[in-house]
Amino acid sequence: MPRTNDFAFKIATANGTGSASANGLIMQAIFRMGIPVTGKNVFPSNIQGLPTWYEIRVSQKGYTARIPEFDLMVALNPATYVKDVAEVRSGGWLMYDSSWPLDATLIRQDLTYIGIPLAEMCNARFTGMRERILMKNIAYAGALAALLQIDSGIVRALLKEKYGRKPALMESNQQAVDIGYDYATANFDCPLAIRLAPLEKTADAILIDGNTAAALGCLYAGATVGAWYPITPATSLMEAFKGFCQKYRQEPETNRNRYAILQAEDEIAAIGMVIGASWAGARAFTPTSGPGISLMNEFLGLAYYAEVPAVLFDVQRTGPSTGMPTRTQQGDLMMCAYASHGDTRHICLYPADPREAFEFAAAAFDLAERFQTPVFVLTDLDIGMNDWMIPKLSWDDSYRPDRGKVLSAEQLDEVRTFSRYLDTDGDGITARTLPGVHPKGAFFTRGSGHNRFGGYTEDGDEYVEVVDRIDRKIQRAARAVPAPILQTMPGARLGLVTVGGCHAACVEALDILAAEGMAIDYMRVRGFPFGEEVARFLEAHEASFVVEQNRDGQLRNLLMLETGTAAEKLESVRYYGGFPMSAHHVISGVKAKLEKAA
Amino acid sequence: MTYISKPTVHHPALQKNAIGLVRREYEGAMTTLCAGCGHDSITAAIIQAFWELSIPPHKVAKLSGIGCSSKTPAYFLREAHGFNGVHGRMPALVTGANAANRDIIYIGVSGDGDSLSIGLGHLCHAIRRNVNVLYVLENNGVYGLTKGQFSASADPGSTSKKGEANTMEAIDGALLALSLGATFVARGFSGDKAQLVPMIKAGLSHQGFAFIDVISPCVTFNDHDGSTKSYAYTRERNVEVVQADFVPHAQAITTEYDPGTVRSVLLHDGSWVRLRKVADQYDPTDRDRAYAFIRERQKHGEVVTGLLYISPDSSDVHEQCNTVATPLTQLPHEQLCPGSAELEKLQARFR
Repeated sequence: MPRTNDFAFKIATANGTGSASANGLIMQAIFRMGIPVTGKNVFPSNIQGLPTWYEIRVSQKGYTARIPEFDLMVALNPATYVKDVAEVRSGGWLMYDSSWPLDATLIRQDLTYIGIPLAEMCNARFTGMRERILMKNIAYAGALAALLQIDSGIVRALLKEKYGRKPALMESNQQAVDIGYDYATANFDCPLAIRLAPLEKTADAILIDGNTAAALGCLYAGATVGAWYPITPATSLMEAFKGFCQKYRQEPETNRNRYAILQAEDEIAAIGMVIGASWAGARAFTPTSGPGISLMNEFLGLAYYAEVPAVLFDVQRTGPSTGMPTRTQQGDLMMCAYASHGDTRHICLYPADPREAFEFAAAAFDLAERFQTPVFVLTDLDIGMNDWMIPKLSWDDSYRPDRGKVLSAEQLDEVRTFSRYLDTDGDGITARTLPGVHPKGAFFTRGSGHNRFGGYTEDGDEYVEVVDRIDRKIQRAARAVPAPILQTMPGARLGLVTVGGCHAACVEALDILAAEGMAIDYMRVRGFPFGEEVARFLEAHEASFVVEQNRDGQLRNLLMLETGTAAEKLESVRYYGGFPMSAHHVISGVKAKLEKAA
Repeated sequence: MTYISKPTVHHPALQKNAIGLVRREYEGAMTTLCAGCGHDSITAAIIQAFWELSIPPHKVAKLSGIGCSSKTPAYFLREAHGFNGVHGRMPALVTGANAANRDIIYIGVSGDGDSLSIGLGHLCHAIRRNVNVLYVLENNGVYGLTKGQFSASADPGSTSKKGEANTMEAIDGALLALSLGATFVARGFSGDKAQLVPMIKAGLSHQGFAFIDVISPCVTFNDHDGSTKSYAYTRERNVEVVQADFVPHAQAITTEYDPGTVRSVLLHDGSWVRLRKVADQYDPTDRDRAYAFIRERQKHGEVVTGLLYISPDSSDVHEQCNTVATPLTQLPHEQLCPGSAELEKLQARFR
């Protein structure tokens, strides 16, 4: 019985051999066939030589979470054969390069082996080491096209789009695709029982990674200053921003830039530059990962206390310390919520996919300026660096940046005196001024104790007045951050709460559990401080599962601390091994808790 | 003494500058530093320089780190925005602010602990970027606020107030700046206002990072025998190499020009620095020789002061970033956001 448009396969190669283009080609071809598809790049912290994998999941229902068991393994890296053979589902297929014999120990009786002499054929057709290696990787894409029934017309069109201007390269790529395709067709019963058939489910979608989408958000929100220190997995965010700026931010008359990107000496300087630029009135941001936030803590306290806007992207990776830089995690939830010494609380936004990364990036600048405080956008390596299928991005042209309470020269003309931290209308937000605008606007921004007039103080009452107002201000932001996504089911007494990239695994898991007769309500928090809806949801359910990707249950901790929910009401479901969460993690976690309770 | 406020009403006969402001209008709050602190003399020189240049105070932003020196921006230019950031990291703040609004005149005030220890890395990179800022390092060789520990600029062999000798090599700010490619390097002495004021004025007009290391004795913790940053020591061993005279853009150079002893350098804004050599063989536009000369005199226990190096063709961070002439803060949203139609179009790339 063939399984159409619902399977997963994995390609095992070595880093730096050109496999990325072949994998991208396969993904894109499936997407163009109208079939929902996601790709997860599992890569090493290395430039060349170490093992790397690419996982492709095809799901006509549109599920995007990772599945850790594969129907087909394309095993092209002898160094990982043992592991790769073991990961194939019973009854599945293993494709390998039969230019060399496969060791008997790698033979599993429950698998079908597809040997294709990729190296042999490419060595015969191409000359030169480099070309032979690169083309071998394109050839497996050709073989897969035959085995899985990928539309060869689409593959040809994609090669043309990519290499249209380099006919020689286009020709050799097409040859390599044909070598693989023809061999598979001649020697195997194509297509396999797992196969593709065109659908019409991707017409209004795009394939994009979260870092690129976030960079677009920064561009559209009008960010002009970006400061950064390169770090995996955040680097591509600034690189994408730079690329967009080169296209859209040049003054036509002079070819001069309407942006400044500063590569700082470290993350401390990067956030310092952002704070300096925001203080002067620009929209400024820095992309980083956990180690960067660790370094930025001191400056974050300054921005919080002196009330200077700043936008930070934390593309989370596996910590603590250097951790696993190329693996994903949600390990910075607590750190970002309360970064810095002293009493602080920061606005955090938690996108679940690249679409929200785009939207929340733009929203972050408005929130940072309205509340005059740092705003974190927390994604993770999986959202940031992998290609996700999402509905096309859209933009409302009536959007105008919310600059918050910034006094103009005219407004300053009107006032007798200006006091930076005087709350005149009781909303906790005080007016600020920018340098160079008006003599009356001058004040001294400081991280040292200050009173409501902005003057230095060591007076306890004056100090308390200011920090209490800041606390009220940030609490009010709970109403301004994106509301949680709620999904209820009739008769549900239990809830499931999650954050960010776990969403994909949770919705799939809840569908499966519902099919088994288990009704569970769902809430995905999208902003911090938590709004009233969050507390209400937890209150309304007998117990809630809190699903997240870190060892210590940081979301659960935040929920307990901030909503006062009792520990007994929050059951922790966690996976933190560095891969994106899968539905089975959620299902087994939930079931284990239920069995224990029963 | 902050509870004593200064009068803001002035005698009508006080001398006014080109924009009609009296010198007092460039002052700030009352100082809270120790009586006789070198830093207060530097503050006075800064006030004098800004007043003489007729710079509108609110077009200036003054930034600093943490420490005695970093308090001083409160004591000048009360109509300028001030930013007292975190310890050692003012260069990052001023880099960002300058990137955002290039029309503001930036002055950064720092100390030797701030610049040469905790923030050394930031200082180095701000110099490399050639951020357009006047950077004043108020250098007393000691941590004052924490009561007398050696700083990184304390000379080996100099003693603390308690009599302990410093065993480590000193970091010389001027040599450091020269080696990092600084385009303007000067050294002054807080007790020599006549030298300091023109130096500050030249630094303000310099397009790029203008670094001035000012020896500023700490009267409380570092003005004793055995200190190499005391008033007595500095006065005795001060060797002035180049006397800088600053001529603003508006004024023509009419004074005598004597080849061999006076050299004029044109700054980006059209003003001139006239450099009068007082030491033989000194060429302030030759980086290597400037470096060698400072080292040579150091061996004799001498502190070389004056405008030590200036590069007339300095290209600042905005040149490097190729930014537009309009400050980024003043670009309208329409010039920044490509709009919905373009978003639709650009997404073809992601299909």
